[in-house]
Amino acid sequence: MSITIVYTIVTLSAIGTSAAVILYFVAQKFKVYEDPRIDQVEEILPAANCGGCGYAGCRAFAEACVNATSLDDLNCPVGGNETMSKVAEILGLEAVKKDAKVAYIRCNGTCDQRPKTNTFDGVGNCAVAALVYGGESDCQWGCLGYGDCFDVCDFDAIELRADLGVPKVIDDKCVACGACVDACPRDLIELRKRFPKDRKVVVACRNQDKGGVARKACSVACIGCGKCEKECKFDAITIENNLAFIDSDKCKLCRKCVSVCPTHSIIEENFPPRKVKVEIEECSTAK
Amino acid sequence: MLKTFKTGGVHPPENKLSAGKFIEVLPLPASVFIPVSQHIGAPSIPVVKRGDVVKTGQMIAKSGGFVSANIHSSVSGKVKKIDSQIDASGYMKQGIFIDVEGDEWLDEIDQSEELMKEFDLNGEEIIKKIQDAGIVGLGGATFPTHVKLIPPKGMKADILIINGVECEPYLTSDHQLMMEKVEEILVGTRLLMKALQVERAVIGIENNKPDAIRLFTEKAKEYGHIDVTALKVKYPQGGEKQLIRAVTGREVPSGGLPVAVGAVVSNVGTSFAVYEAIQKNKPLVERIVTITGKEVAKPSNFRVRIGTPISMLVEAAGGLPENTGKIICGGPMMGKAVTSLEVPVTKGTSGVLLLKKQESKRKNAIACIRCSRCVSVCPMGLEPYLLMTLSEKQIFDQAEGNRIMDCIECGSCSFTCPSDRPLLDYIRLGKGKVGQIIRTRKK
Repeated sequence: MSITIVYTIVTLSAIGTSAAVILYFVAQKFKVYEDPRIDQVEEILPAANCGGCGYAGCRAFAEACVNATSLDDLNCPVGGNETMSKVAEILGLEAVKKDAKVAYIRCNGTCDQRPKTNTFDGVGNCAVAALVYGGESDCQWGCLGYGDCFDVCDFDAIELRADLGVPKVIDDKCVACGACVDACPRDLIELRKRFPKDRKVVVACRNQDKGGVARKACSVACIGCGKCEKECKFDAITIENNLAFIDSDKCKLCRKCVSVCPTHSIIEENFPPRKVKVEIEECSTAK
Repeated sequence: MLKTFKTGGVHPPENKLSAGKFIEVLPLPASVFIPVSQHIGAPSIPVVKRGDVVKTGQMIAKSGGFVSANIHSSVSGKVKKIDSQIDASGYMKQGIFIDVEGDEWLDEIDQSEELMKEFDLNGEEIIKKIQDAGIVGLGGATFPTHVKLIPPKGMKADILIINGVECEPYLTSDHQLMMEKVEEILVGTRLLMKALQVERAVIGIENNKPDAIRLFTEKAKEYGHIDVTALKVKYPQGGEKQLIRAVTGREVPSGGLPVAVGAVVSNVGTSFAVYEAIQKNKPLVERIVTITGKEVAKPSNFRVRIGTPISMLVEAAGGLPENTGKIICGGPMMGKAVTSLEVPVTKGTSGVLLLKKQESKRKNAIACIRCSRCVSVCPMGLEPYLLMTLSEKQIFDQAEGNRIMDCIECGSCSFTCPSDRPLLDYIRLGKGKVGQIIRTRKK
């Protein structure tokens, strides 16, 4: 009985040792050299694997960084400048400072502003609905409200509220990975410059129909009247296809355009409340 | 044993409420909206401007490429504006608005009902005339007919199949046209045969229309080389590939054109339009439309000018029933629900269907029970449950490998699914995405 145990132990140890010796030589023979810096860079990256950098994941981005000769075109939007400067330090390269970005939703057609003219009882999915028709209201450009952006967001940075019918970005959670930008079939979400304190001034509309048609479909539609363009002192606003566009690189957040917009389609977010003036007070109650 | 296609197929209730109703002429509307994109291919380019006075049959938009079609004014009057309005696609589309004044036709158009059998044009002249008249496939797909008649180099058609199947439930426009214009359709078929240089034509009719089969069998004898085939009732027999399989037994290869197996398919409505274009010089300005539904007071078949709003059709059929849930342009299987009664009748509108609220409601989808009914009914031999999952999870490379592009969007899978899963909705989404991927790859 005890001799069987001894035999077994001896045989198995012999097999184990010989296998270990063979494996050692095989490993030497087929060794693949991998830059140790890839691991170091990957360590620094946020490990979100969101794809916001344009690569398949953090590992792929780390490889790309190590193989690159300059970091100009490489940016991790989640980690931002801080992470990129650490990466640059490891690789001995120069990090370019890039503006942090945040997602802007360019539709404010909530249920009260945009009356429903029909109902859709198909699949609750924006992409499917967009294939079939223009949406439950008369606006063919606006948010469909089924939350494809919400579904793809890995950072819980999009909030869907049943009472609004359009999504809202939770700015401090948004990392500008761009997943929602690709998911929106209406092209409503855009990544733009992140201003201090997450302040935003945006034309919350994409309707390119003529003023009358747009206004009929939605009370906060941009009608392309051009008042904001005239008011802007920094040439940040242009009007194209009956639609105003604010260039966030030129915008100084003066909010003059917000005050003059007759349909309130330009909205401000995360600003402290304005000083109370009579006319503006009326304005805010109308909102 | 009646012929039919081999794989799949379903039997939706027929509900041909308007069968046997004579074609009535719908009164002229006060104004029409004629979209510039009523066909598959490039949109046409308007050649009139605001304020122009046009006559019925005058060209108002010329074709925007080879795969495109001319568009003619369906009424006489003044061009009000060129603007966009919602059409059956559910989106705003550019089109020409014309205010109707009287009904003055171009002089060269022969409006008489007299049958003209003889013609002395050669094939090329026929194709030229068809192209000028802006004729597209009137079965619903609206593929420009002249493109079909010129096969790609190295291919030659040997059989023309005339589609008199009308497999969609409810619709009767083709059936009624066949009953009333049998000789004209046969002359049109002869013209198409000459254009294609084929020696044989077959008219396929499902055997739920025995009167049409009898009539055509009798009359076709006088014309020679035209046979009539009775087909077993099964949806989607009117699909091009299914019809070719049913009539000739040939299988169109995956991704290939029907002419690859020597067949060209054309609708009976198209045959009639070809007859009118060539023998009467009349471009495609009107078509037969069925207006139907279980609650509709007077389901009927109308001859309607292109661009007429469907509200006029609804009115003529006795008004909108109170519990209408959905208004559908086309048949119940492949038609599209519209959001406005201002949507115009276009070249591809074969019917307008008013569904009751109870019928139109979609049930909530529940989990797939792996019964594989969708697989057994798919006329293209695909696996709809798999394609749906792949599209939903955005695994487009595998979807392409599983031949998602072969889907003809007939809706048999969604119709048959016991769990009411939205199979076709997702497959259509995946098909669009895969199509985009293929196009980018080609570039």
